Amino acid sequence: MSNILDFTLVELVERIKKKDLSSKEVTKTYIERSKKSKKLNTYITEDFESALKKADNFDSKPDFDKKLPGIPIAVKDLFCTKNIRTTAGSKILENFVPTYESTVTNNIWNEGAILLGKLNCDEFAMGSSNETSFFGNVQSPVGEKLVPGGSSGGSASALAAKLTPSTIGTDTGGSIRQPASFTGIVGLKPTYGSCSRYGIVAFASSLDQAGPMTRDVKDCALLFSVISSYDSKDSTSINFKRDDYFKKLDKSIKGKKIGIPKEYRVDGMPKEIEDLWQKGINIAKDAGAEIVDVSLPNTNYALPTYYIVAPAEASSNLARYDGVKYGFRSEGKNLIDMYEKTRSEGFGNEVKRRIMIGTYVLSSGYYDAYYLKAQKVRRLIKNDFDEVYKKVDAILTPSTPSSAFKIGEKTNDPLSMYLNDIFTVPINLAGLPAISIPAGHDQKGYPLGLQIIGKAFDEQNILNIAYSLEQEIKFKNKMNDWWL
Amino acid sequence: MMSKKHSDYIIKRNQNNYEVVIGLEVHAQISSQSKLFSSSATKFGAEPNTQVSLVDAAFPGMLPVINEFCIKQAVKTGLGLKAKINKRSIFDRKNYFYADLPQGYQISQYKDPIVGEGSVILDLPLGEKTIGIERLHLEQDAGKSIHDIDPKNTLVDLNRSGVALMEIVSKPDLRSPDEVNAYIKKLRSIMRYLGTCDGNMQEGSLRADVNVSVRKKDEKEFGTRCEIKNVNSIKFMQMAIEHEANRQVDVIEEGGSIDQETRLFDTKKNETRSMRSKEDAHDYRYFPDPDLLPLEINDALINEIKKNMPELPDEKKKRFIDKFNLSAYEANILVSDIETSKYFEEVIKSSDVKLSTNWITGELFALLNDKNLEISKSPISAKNLSKLINLIKDGTISGKIAKSVFEIMAEADKNPIDIVEEKGLKQLSDPKELEVLIDKVINDNPDKVKEYVSGKDKLFGFFVGQVMKVSGGKANPQLINDILKKKLK
Amino acid sequence: MTIDLKTVKKISKLARISVDDEKAKKLESDLNSIFKFIEKLNQLDTSKTEPLTSVVDANLQLRKDEVKSQNIRDQILKNSPDENKDFFVVPKVVE
Repeated sequence: MSNILDFTLVELVERIKKKDLSSKEVTKTYIERSKKSKKLNTYITEDFESALKKADNFDSKPDFDKKLPGIPIAVKDLFCTKNIRTTAGSKILENFVPTYESTVTNNIWNEGAILLGKLNCDEFAMGSSNETSFFGNVQSPVGEKLVPGGSSGGSASALAAKLTPSTIGTDTGGSIRQPASFTGIVGLKPTYGSCSRYGIVAFASSLDQAGPMTRDVKDCALLFSVISSYDSKDSTSINFKRDDYFKKLDKSIKGKKIGIPKEYRVDGMPKEIEDLWQKGINIAKDAGAEIVDVSLPNTNYALPTYYIVAPAEASSNLARYDGVKYGFRSEGKNLIDMYEKTRSEGFGNEVKRRIMIGTYVLSSGYYDAYYLKAQKVRRLIKNDFDEVYKKVDAILTPSTPSSAFKIGEKTNDPLSMYLNDIFTVPINLAGLPAISIPAGHDQKGYPLGLQIIGKAFDEQNILNIAYSLEQEIKFKNKMNDWWL
Repeated sequence: MMSKKHSDYIIKRNQNNYEVVIGLEVHAQISSQSKLFSSSATKFGAEPNTQVSLVDAAFPGMLPVINEFCIKQAVKTGLGLKAKINKRSIFDRKNYFYADLPQGYQISQYKDPIVGEGSVILDLPLGEKTIGIERLHLEQDAGKSIHDIDPKNTLVDLNRSGVALMEIVSKPDLRSPDEVNAYIKKLRSIMRYLGTCDGNMQEGSLRADVNVSVRKKDEKEFGTRCEIKNVNSIKFMQMAIEHEANRQVDVIEEGGSIDQETRLFDTKKNETRSMRSKEDAHDYRYFPDPDLLPLEINDALINEIKKNMPELPDEKKKRFIDKFNLSAYEANILVSDIETSKYFEEVIKSSDVKLSTNWITGELFALLNDKNLEISKSPISAKNLSKLINLIKDGTISGKIAKSVFEIMAEADKNPIDIVEEKGLKQLSDPKELEVLIDKVINDNPDKVKEYVSGKDKLFGFFVGQVMKVSGGKANPQLINDILKKKLK
Repeated sequence: MTIDLKTVKKISKLARISVDDEKAKKLESDLNSIFKFIEKLNQLDTSKTEPLTSVVDANLQLRKDEVKSQNIRDQILKNSPDENKDFFVVPKVVE
């Protein structure tokens, strides 16, 4: 049984198709391990019973033409799932049961996948350590009391701990790539408009994208080919012919031009991150890629821009949680009192902090100085990338400025927490695709990731580069199943 | 645009003459099947919360997708207001909390509306006046809060939530309640011609926020304005303006100043009162809705809509005057409502214009007024009225008989030809038959004949009346005249 | 630009989140440190830069005017905190 857990998604699919394995066997194995791994606190809602039923159903009437035949998958609890509680990690949605399904999750069920449960995340995806969840911290399988990163921390942890063969997360400023980097897995943030946002609890609408989190690049390409689709229910979804990213995966990157942006060499960057980056550069060069020094001059301004744009949108997106239609309500002596109590008790501190920032930057007298200014700088940041992409095919950077930290280490200083996303945020602002792949370990043995940033809708290219690097890096997670 | 003669509405206080300055924000519901950003129905009067989608109730993860038809209607209305169509417009979020606003924001257009400046021409008793249109933008309606069903709670019905509205903002060009009346009616008329809004104020398809300020006559600067929210009939609008303008004048005369605020018109007490507390001073935090992209409208679409524009009231009026020789007054009456103009044009397809005009503005309007009916519900169809008019024109019946036929038609929309046939009302136009009747009248009244012959000309009318009487009203009056004159010589 | 307690209270009112004095103080210091970081943007001259509202380079997609959603009142009211079968219910509002 243990080797079931060692198979990649692609290997599982092959074995189920060859009838070497049944969906039931796979599903049961993952459920058993999940049940033993409660210490990690990865699940907010388990759906094991019906997962087993669905697996049985699949086995009795298998459809092997599906891309994910009978594969059990747990997903971030930001995706609305029909008749399964969806909380977004918040008390305000503690008892919310959607009557509808998000397009992205619908896509994976349509390809034969089976829902295992809903995975923990930072409240409304606001956080970089999964410590803002109303449902508690998630521990990283990498080490006890270590954060898995965030906001897709439950997803990263569950995947790295082998509680699900793959998962999907969402990424607004690094929420897929940073936890992927912290836990030694692969995470892709697609181009804005590639995956539908319909049915995903919104954080910052102009930045949010769903994306795959997987054990390796092949799995990533497969899962991405399933979740990326045009959706007429999302006005920002882009209608174009999507390639089969999995079938077209190609490790030859000879002649590809890869840019190395000097601005990512930030002050105080640990030497091990520098070394990791250099290692990536060397591997790419050896594989035949041409390394080009490039400049993204406004990189430094991305984080402050992000901390205006994202909270502004969030302050408005989260206005619907008012105790009237669904979710938590705290009774009040009048309507306004009810609103204020509901929102004060229903939201956690980080969410409230960001709503406050967002409300402030949009308020009368401050709009131009903050929001409008940020929108302008956002254009400068996007222009930087447009310029660089005239010269190169992709950009290589570290995924994060450091490895994983201890739970509680940064909770009292929001700003130091925000700085975690310094390498990932510019990509969301520019709407570009980027993948984080595990590339090494620091001295403590914690994983470190490299980020490959692509041109808009050029996911195939960064998947290929990632695939090529992956072959040489031969990353192995150093996990000892400490929580079992 | 303002000429002196229009500003005759003046409030006098202690030797001071105040002028009232009014601007209107009209909310017109677009006649669409489905809502602006969702595919739920918009029918009036449905059971509460039965026309609500997940999008309208702002469930997590729900996203707006815009209704193409609504965009076209806004463009069409813009063209009808002779306005500039903006090829690029932006949807913004207007953020505020209210029980019937499920998203916590309204999707509207702020800095870049779909339609820019335009104008509307009013026909006022003292002549025409042009009212400037500032802009027209698209926005979502809110739901409805119901305060009078449950004594302890407010109930919320979201059927209206997300219904498409056009907000049409006028310049502060209006100067009296009467001008406001004419403006709303004209706007309503234009939209009904275009078919973009049914203009039904009772069902809330047309509402307005009224901005009122006052200033001493001949002052250049505008006074501080108050906004009176959501008034849903012209009568109430006029009452509210009248009250509010007088209130403001009183405040100023007592040495006070006007606070810019939102006020509510209490129809029962006939007064306006302050609506929102000061601590709640609104700060809507408008910003572009990141769920939507800028709306680009190309020339092809504008041209296609232009090509299919119906004739509008002003053009129709001009045509009626030029082609049919109608007076401006008559033309105005006939074009003011699209249904009236349709009726008129249907009648004159096969009938005399002058007679048709008289019959429609006279008898028919009196009948509709009497029965309190819209012309679209007229008991007499345009076809049958046209036949009646033709019977008069060709002399089959007299105008007088026609009136009694009209009365019968009013009860049941029957073909007047059949009525005339059945009741034997055909005009007597056979000179031989008439001569027999006339001879009888002459023979029966030898005294009167003598008096007439001896010079009492006025008695001629008596003979005509007698002939009419014995003919049962059917005799052709022109022929009676001719024959009588000959016989009495 | 510093954010004082009064401003914190004003924003919390706008955001409809009640904040007690202790929380307000914490927020005051958090927001000030975040905004101090944000002020960095003022180093940039953006006088000639157009704001970027969407990274998507496409036309707004349009929907046909068709009624597709049916009466789903049960679903709509299912998650509501009150048990009324016809309406959403909130504390009495006096206009």
